[in-house]
Amino acid sequence: NYPLYIRSIPTENELKFHYTVHTSLDVVEEKISAVGKALVDQRELYLGLLYPTEDYKVYGYVTNSKVKFVIVVDSSNTALRDNEIRSMFRKLHNSYTDVMCNPFYNPGDPIQSKAFDNMVSAMMVQVC
Amino acid sequence: MEQGPGTVSGGGFISLSENEQRCYSDLYTLCQADSSGKLAASKVGELFRASQLPADTLHQVTELCGAKRLGYFGTGQFYVALKLLAAAQSGFPVRLESIKSEMPLPRFVGMKNDAEVLRYPNHSQNTESQGLHLGKPSVTIAQPSLDRNALKRTESLGDKQEPWSPLRSPPSSPSSSSNQDKPLSYTYRKQWSSTEQLTASYESKHPSRPLFRQEVSSPSNYGSKSSLTHSSVTQARSVERSAEEGSADYHDDPWRITEEQRDYYTMQFKSLQPDVSSLISGSVAKNFFTKSKLSIPELSHIWELSDVDCDGALTLLEFCAAFHLIVARKNGYSLPEKLPQTLQPGFLQIDAVSPKTKRDGAFLGSYSELVPPSQQQKEPAHSEQWEAINELPRTPEPLIVFKDDSRTAPQETNTVESTYPPLSDISTPKQEPRIDSCMSAFSPKRNPAFKDTSAEHKHLENTSAAKTDPPQELDLQVKSRTRQRSYSSTSIGDAMKKVEEPPTPPPRPQKTHSRASSLDLNTIFQQSSQGYKGGWLPPPALPPRPLAAQIPHFVSSTETTSQQKPVRKLNFADFSKFSEEEENAVKNDAQGQLGKAAGSSEERSSLKKDILPAQPPLKPIRRKYRPESQNLDNQDPTPPLPPPSSFSAPGTKPHPPVQKQSSRQKRAIQTAIRKNKEANAVLARLNSELQQQLKEAHLDRIALETRLDQLRPVSYS
Repeated sequence: NYPLYIRSIPTENELKFHYTVHTSLDVVEEKISAVGKALVDQRELYLGLLYPTEDYKVYGYVTNSKVKFVIVVDSSNTALRDNEIRSMFRKLHNSYTDVMCNPFYNPGDPIQSKAFDNMVSAMMVQVC
Repeated sequence: MEQGPGTVSGGGFISLSENEQRCYSDLYTLCQADSSGKLAASKVGELFRASQLPADTLHQVTELCGAKRLGYFGTGQFYVALKLLAAAQSGFPVRLESIKSEMPLPRFVGMKNDAEVLRYPNHSQNTESQGLHLGKPSVTIAQPSLDRNALKRTESLGDKQEPWSPLRSPPSSPSSSSNQDKPLSYTYRKQWSSTEQLTASYESKHPSRPLFRQEVSSPSNYGSKSSLTHSSVTQARSVERSAEEGSADYHDDPWRITEEQRDYYTMQFKSLQPDVSSLISGSVAKNFFTKSKLSIPELSHIWELSDVDCDGALTLLEFCAAFHLIVARKNGYSLPEKLPQTLQPGFLQIDAVSPKTKRDGAFLGSYSELVPPSQQQKEPAHSEQWEAINELPRTPEPLIVFKDDSRTAPQETNTVESTYPPLSDISTPKQEPRIDSCMSAFSPKRNPAFKDTSAEHKHLENTSAAKTDPPQELDLQVKSRTRQRSYSSTSIGDAMKKVEEPPTPPPRPQKTHSRASSLDLNTIFQQSSQGYKGGWLPPPALPPRPLAAQIPHFVSSTETTSQQKPVRKLNFADFSKFSEEEENAVKNDAQGQLGKAAGSSEERSSLKKDILPAQPPLKPIRRKYRPESQNLDNQDPTPPLPPPSSFSAPGTKPHPPVQKQSSRQKRAIQTAIRKNKEANAVLARLNSELQQQLKEAHLDRIALETRLDQLRPVSYS
C-alpha cells in the first residue's frame, strides 16, 4: 500500500496530503470490503469531512484492479459537484489505463508518465 | 532565443556586439538551456571541444568564466566562455582582459551548431540578401505548413532571416565542420519546438531517397533556412559523413523519417511481425526496444508518444515512429514532449503511400550507394560490435541485434540499413518482393538450415548477388548476424518452428530416457511401441507375453539369417501358440515372421548384428546419441538369456511327435515363464528409471514454485 502517484497543487502541504491519503485508504478499504457480494463497485464516492477542523473533502475511487484514486479538495471550493468529481475520476482512470498500456511500465512502479502528469495538472488547474 | 545580454554576471561586464549576441544566443540555445538558465554540461563540453582548442585551454576558459565556481554554465558564464574561446582561437591569451575588446566569433568544428556561428558575422551582409531570397522560395514551398507556422514564421522570420542567411553561407562555403547541417536544423528545430513539422517535409521525402542528398526541398521546414543550409551542407558531406550523417537522415528534421529509415523500420517490423498490417504486441515491442539500451523511463516515454491509440500494441506506423524516436534519442536528440507531427501515424501513412511506389526500383540502388561509403567506414566497428552483440542477446529477436549495433554505432541507418535488410529478411519467411529479391531468396534457404553455417554462406552469396559492393562488407556482418540469427531466429521463424516441431514430440520421450540414461527403456520403448503404438508403460497383463515373445522374436530375427531348419521347425511349433497372441496383442512386422525360439551362440553373435538392423526400423526416431552399440549391449544380456534357455529347452525336446504336445506345452510354459521373468526385469528397470524422472520432475516443480512465490508479492502489491 504505497502511492503510485501523488500530486498537490494549491498548496504545497505535501506531507499533509500524504497523511490524509493514507488515512483515507483505510476508509476506502472498508468500503470495498463492505460491498461483499456485488463486485467492486466501479466508482465509489467518499464524501465527508474527515476532520471537522480541516474541512476538506476526500473522494475515493477504486478500479477493478484494486487501484485506488483519492482526491482531496478544499471544502472552500464549493463549486465542485459530484459530477465533476466523477468526471475527474474517469479521466484519471483513463489516463491510468493509458499508462498501463505501456509495456515498459511495470505495475507497481511509481507513475512517471509525462502524459499522465500533464493530464493531472490540467485537471487540477481546472478545478482550482 | 534570447538576445544575448550585454552583461555577464559571473565574469564581469563585457559588451557583446550584435553579431556576437546573435551567435552566442544561438549557441546558448543549442546547448539546451533549461528553465533555470543552466546549460547542459554535455552540450557545452561538446561545443568547447568543437572549438578545437587544447584541453587545458578549455579548462582555463571554464575556470575563468566562472562555471567551475558555480558548478554550471549560466548565461553569463556561457557568454564569457564563448568570448574566451574566441580569444583563444585568435591567439590571444585566455584572460578576462582579452575579452574586453571586440573579438571575432569563436570557431567550432564538429559541433552541431558551429558552422553557422562561424559564418555568422562574416557573411552577414552578403548572406542576408541571399538568405532573404532563400527564405522566400522556401517559404512558398512551405505553404501548406505555413498556415500552421505562419505566425511563428513571420515574426521570427524577421529575426531569423539574418541568422539563417549566415547559415546559408556555410553550405556555400564547404565547411569543415561535420555536423553542421544537423546542428543547424537541430538548433532551429529546438527553437521552433517539435511541433513544427512542416508538411514541406514532403518534398524532402522524395529527393531524400536517392541518397542523403538532402532535400533541397526541406528548406520549407524549420526553417527553410536551416534546411537550405542542410541540403547544401549535406550534399557536401552526407556521404562521407557516414556516422554523423547517418543521423543526418534527419536532415532538416530529426523527426522526419527518410525513405531509407522507413524501409529499415519496416523491415524490422516484419522481422518482429511478419504481417505488416497487424500489430506488434507490447511485450514483443518492449523486448525489442529494450535492446536499444535506452533507459526504461525513456523507452516508456517513447512508447507513450508513439502509441497514439493507446492500445498496448504498435502498428507499423506507430512502430516506425517509436523506432525513429529511439534512433533520435540515441543520436543525442532529446525526446519531445509531444509526438512530432511528422511521426504521427496519420502523417506517416500519407508519407508512406507516395514514396513507396517509387521505392522498389531505386531502393536497392540507393541502398548500395549508401552502403559502400558507410560500410567501409564502419565496417570494422560494426563487425566487432555485431560480433560482440551476437553473443549477448540470444533472443528471438534478431532485429535486436541489429538494433544494438545501430545504437552503439552512430552510423546506424546507413550501415544498419544496409545490413539489416539482408539479415532481417532472413528470419521472416514472408518477403515482400519489393524489398529485396535477394532477401526472399534468403529466407527459404535460411529456414531449413538455420543452424547451418552453409546457410550463412548462401546468404552471403545471395547478398553479393544482389549488391556488388556491400556484400563484402556485409558479409562479415551478415555472417555474424546470421550466425546469431541462426540461434535467435529459430524461436521466431515459423519454418524453424516447423522444423522443430516434428522432432520434438518423438525426442521428448527419448529425452526422458536419455536423462534417465536407461537403455532398457529405449528397448522397452521400442518393443512396447511396436506392440502398443506408443503406449508408455506396457500394461502388465498382456505385455509380458508379447514382450517376452518379442524378445525371442528379436532374437529369432537373427535366426532368419542363421539357417537352422530343425530349430525353425521347433520354433514354429513352439510359437504357434504364441503366434496368435502375437497377432492379437502385438503387431510386429519385423518379428511376425520370426517365430523361433531356437538359440545358440551363433545366434547370439548373429543376433547382435540382426538386432541392429531390427532396432532401427522399429525405432525410426531413435537418436544417434543412443548408439546402436548400447542397444546391442542392452539387448545382449537380455535376449541371449532367453534364447539359450528357450532354445535349449526346445532343443532338449526333439522332434518325436509323440512328445510333441507335452514338450510343446512344457516349452510353452517355460517360454512363458522366461518371458515373464524378462518382462519383470525389464519393468523393474523401467520403474526405477521412471522413479528417477519423477524425482527430477519434483525438483523442477519445487524450483518453479519458489520462483512463483518470489514473484507473487510483486503481483499482489
